[in-house]
Amino acid sequence: MMNDMSKIEQGIAVDAVKIQARGVQVFYGEKQAIKDVSVEILDKTVTAFIGPSGCGKSTFLRCLNRMNDTIDICRVNGDIRLDGEDIYDPAIDPVQLRAKVGMVFQKPNPFPKSIYDNVAYGPRIHGLARSKADLDEIVERSLRRGAIWDEVKDRLHEPGTGLSGGQQQRLCIARAVATEPEVLLMDEPCSALDPIATAQVEELIDELRLNYSVVIVTHSMQQAARVSQKTAFFHLGNLVEYGDTGQIFTNPEDPRTESYITGRIG
Amino acid sequence: MADLTAGPEKTPKQGNAADAVRASLTRRNRKQKLLQGLGLGAIGFAFLMLFILVASLVSSGYQAFTQTKITLEVYVDPEEIKPEKLPRGGFKDVLQASLSELLPEVDTSDRATRKALAGILSNGAQFDLRDRVVADPSLIGQTITLTVPVSDPYDQLNKGTIDRDTPEQNRRLKDHEIAWFDQLKAKGVISKPLNTGLITNADSRFPELAGLKGALIGSFWALFVCFAISFPLGIGAAIYLEEFAPRNKISDFIEVNINNLAAVPSVVFGLLALAVFIGWFGLPRSAPFVGGLTLALMTMPTIIIATRAALKAVPPSIREAALGIGASKHQVVFGHVLPLAMPGILTGTIIGLAQALGETAPLLLIGMNAFITSAPDGPFDSATALPTQIFIWADSPERGFVSRTSAAILVLLGFLVTMNAIAIYLRNKFERSW
Ligand SMILES: Nc1ncnc2c1ncn2[C@@H]1O[C@H](COP(=O)(O)OP(=O)(O)OP(=O)(O)O)[C@@H](O)[C@H]1O
Ligand SMILES: [Mg+2]
Repeated sequence: MMNDMSKIEQGIAVDAVKIQARGVQVFYGEKQAIKDVSVEILDKTVTAFIGPSGCGKSTFLRCLNRMNDTIDICRVNGDIRLDGEDIYDPAIDPVQLRAKVGMVFQKPNPFPKSIYDNVAYGPRIHGLARSKADLDEIVERSLRRGAIWDEVKDRLHEPGTGLSGGQQQRLCIARAVATEPEVLLMDEPCSALDPIATAQVEELIDELRLNYSVVIVTHSMQQAARVSQKTAFFHLGNLVEYGDTGQIFTNPEDPRTESYITGRIG
Repeated sequence: MADLTAGPEKTPKQGNAADAVRASLTRRNRKQKLLQGLGLGAIGFAFLMLFILVASLVSSGYQAFTQTKITLEVYVDPEEIKPEKLPRGGFKDVLQASLSELLPEVDTSDRATRKALAGILSNGAQFDLRDRVVADPSLIGQTITLTVPVSDPYDQLNKGTIDRDTPEQNRRLKDHEIAWFDQLKAKGVISKPLNTGLITNADSRFPELAGLKGALIGSFWALFVCFAISFPLGIGAAIYLEEFAPRNKISDFIEVNINNLAAVPSVVFGLLALAVFIGWFGLPRSAPFVGGLTLALMTMPTIIIATRAALKAVPPSIREAALGIGASKHQVVFGHVLPLAMPGILTGTIIGLAQALGETAPLLLIGMNAFITSAPDGPFDSATALPTQIFIWADSPERGFVSRTSAAILVLLGFLVTMNAIAIYLRNKFERSW
């Protein structure tokens, strides 16, 4: 715990703002899912989104890489900037944005292709590998970072869908980091994992923080406390409280945050 | 257990609830039994009908799968057939002479008798002989063994369709003709082999010679053209509508109309093809190419609908995964969605083609029911198709065409069953769990 706290201090001192959201509102048809959220997500930091089910965590997360574009009825207002650039600017190509802002989904969703092809897909379409050997190396490195290399190294050419749920999720994490994103969005990445795999993923997140900005949605307070330096608490589409993880968990300002953390709403 | 029996006295309310459940359970079970019974009954009825259909086709059609033939020792008489006059010559007379040898007691001085005698043989026999002699003129002056079909009445007699007990004047064969045939049979020159002519011959006026070759090739070309046009166009349209088109009034309108198009009676497409392809574009009548175009019009809505359903069935998580990595829309569609939808698309396409194969009305309108005695050389040659050939034969009065009609239907059904089996095989083979 002491170690964690010192890291946080260190992080805040060094890191700049990576993503800046101002006045973000999201509508699904007539229904408003996000009401005027403003937040600054720091570089080289793990930010946790917590809050009761249906409060809009996933919705807000999906705004950050414009995944909401794919939902016809979804409308996003407000201003979101990545490194100072408006990501909803018509000049920005969402494809380019998503290469920079990777995503891991709640439900493991490997392609029905081989394990190797799953991981190699991103580097291939973005032209990140110059040669076969290069690609092999990227795949191995990514699978190692996804904490799944040892389990799959002998069957790289078997289908990814043949893995267990937890293995599939780690494969998806490996696939996401293979494109070397600057920001990694994770929507409840550990909900299908056992405690050991969860610990491995958390370790991975901690490592990723050295280079990237990581945003993780989680229902586990313990996980939020373990891996994040910043925590945002959402409630009914509002960002109720945002601050240092240590402060949110020990000394929340808003009574709603306190009752959620202590288990009274949720 | 003890709890259960003690229960009702201690807490009457709970006991009532359990009783109510038990009472309703018998009712619910009875309902379920009834539903199951009705379902089974419906399936049984469907099977019975199918069985009756196939049984009646087989019982009337199996005769057409064999053909009565006669084996003759033919002396290719140089008097009648001269090398320099080929391919003309007295082939008919030569054949009749060899028949007379088999039936020496028949007096052939009278013309009518000679004609009746020659009538035992199919009209095609002389052409068989001619083709052999033309191919090898050195046969002239030799005696060759020739196995040729007998004509339809004798074929029917041999197969037992002509009843010997009917009065002579109501019979197609007179008593003495039956006697000739019996003599020939006694001499062992009559055989009843598998009727390969059913597949290898084109259509003919004479049932014993008529075959499906022209119709099979015509149907092949028509289906080929139909596939080559409707498959790429249908898939393209479906991908555009499902993946790229904006959802608005126009795309709704198009969608409704595609569904309507699938329900348009096929004869209407035939009229359209007649007016547009043949009338305006001046494409040839009776050509499988035009038939294929017409069938493509009908198959396309089926393929579009099947493709859209298959695309819709691809789980959104796969699209999200690819999009999340930074694949562009077309990479997602062509790299992930389309391959996963392919089994469904193929299944829909094969079923659409199977429908097209059995389609008759539009082909009748564009003239693919013409009487054509040679197989087409290409998609622009006049031809019939399987269903129109069935239509033609069903319309012909000769006994031999009755069994041939059933046999042709069996052949068509065989193709349809095969195509549907392929569709089911593909569906099962590529079925995935996500
Ligand atoms: N595709 C959609 N169409 C319509 N409404 C949606 C859609 N996705 C989410 N919503 C609505 O938006 C609100 C926020 O949903 P969201 O998925 O962001 O919640 P969440 O905080 O991620 O919840 P959970 O913790 O259960 O994942 C919910 O009320 C939900 O019903
Ligand atoms: Mg969610």
